Amino acid sequence: MAKHHIETVVNGDAVEFLCETEETLLDVLRDTLNLTGSKEGCASGDCGACSVTLDGRLVCSCLVLGCEVAGRRIETIEGLAKGEKLHPLQQKFLEHAALQCGICTPGFLVASKALLERSPDPSEHEIRFWLAGNLCRCTGYDKIVSAVKDAAATLRKG
Amino acid sequence: MRYEAPDSVEGAVALLSAATGEVRVLAGGTDLLVQMRADVVDPELIVDIKKIAETRAVSEEKGGWRIGAAVTGAELKEHARLKKAWPGVVEAANLIGSTQVQGRATLGGNLCNGSPAADSVPALIAAGAVATLAGPQGRRDLPVEDVMLGPRKLALRKGEIVVSFLLPPRAPRSSDAYLRFIPRTEMDIAVVGAGVSLTLDGSGTISAARVSLGAVAARVLLVAEAAQAVIGSRLDEAAQRRLEAAARAVCRPIDDKRGTIEFRTDVAAVLTRRAALIALDRARTS
Repeated sequence: MAKHHIETVVNGDAVEFLCETEETLLDVLRDTLNLTGSKEGCASGDCGACSVTLDGRLVCSCLVLGCEVAGRRIETIEGLAKGEKLHPLQQKFLEHAALQCGICTPGFLVASKALLERSPDPSEHEIRFWLAGNLCRCTGYDKIVSAVKDAAATLRKG
Repeated sequence: MRYEAPDSVEGAVALLSAATGEVRVLAGGTDLLVQMRADVVDPELIVDIKKIAETRAVSEEKGGWRIGAAVTGAELKEHARLKKAWPGVVEAANLIGSTQVQGRATLGGNLCNGSPAADSVPALIAAGAVATLAGPQGRRDLPVEDVMLGPRKLALRKGEIVVSFLLPPRAPRSSDAYLRFIPRTEMDIAVVGAGVSLTLDGSGTISAARVSLGAVAARVLLVAEAAQAVIGSRLDEAAQRRLEAAARAVCRPIDDKRGTIEFRTDVAAVLTRRAALIALDRARTS
């Protein structure tokens, strides 16, 4: 059957694309819209590397169909930095060396941003539970948690 | 593969009734998309029910709460009054997957995925929740314990969908709790799950109880004997022992790498007792 014609908003820009029913939002972002910051790790909602927000709600884009996002508002990792200026989370991930191979990093950043929007001063416990759906096989998580706490402090200062 | 997102229950039922091939209802998609990806299912038609307002609403009704089948775990968590009335139901729904999964996963999907280990189902059964179904013959209400018949087997007829759940009015001094065992702290499927709902009389004696166990049989069980074991008691040591024995007696679990029959049976008894103690504590302060 004919492809779906979808109009949506990605990182504030109106976007339209065509997709098959079985294509996930992650497929569309990476393969059609060339937004390859969102990564495919497990493709089953376990690793969080494909994290995006959909109308402000954190989701795995591998568990959303492309045809579901008509009229919705999507934010991806590509929307974090403003031009050359990194988001405080990105800056703190660098300063704390909160990444090694980097595959999980976009997902951690998008998920952490969603956390800090809801909870500007999260406890370590809250950060670790919120990020339980983001897997990292390099860092051992401690540096990520420190970076999120530090970024939260920076953002609170405005 | 066809995708339809009707904005009415009648529209969804008409699409599902008319379909000749394999069909799937899409709510949060956290099971369906994984199954499609793994080639476990290959539907000809997907009917997304999230555009139907009734499936997305939480509202008070007849002193109880009606929860749409496609309301997400994250939305339940943010609903302060619902959480106060039914903390066990909300905590069970919130145990399903990660923050990301919570942004999509729904009570309707958790039930209709047809897994005996579904976390929200024992809590809904303990709560006495009734599912409202809609189909070609109209609507009917079915207690949640009667919706799932066995693994991947539902009592839904062709063309029928779960539209919403009704949680009954809450008597004073009532509360509920859900506990599960998994080998890690997060992001896993229940080896055993236990839901308990209790009501106390003015003297603190249990006047009503419902107990439900997940992942210890082919379907989620409503355990009437366990409820009887504590009604009339204050959940003293003797009542706790009776409760554990009743929970143990009903278990017919599978034996697999995630838990042996003996382990699941023991854990079912322990979790039922602990969930009852939490529900008791909550009921005293509710």
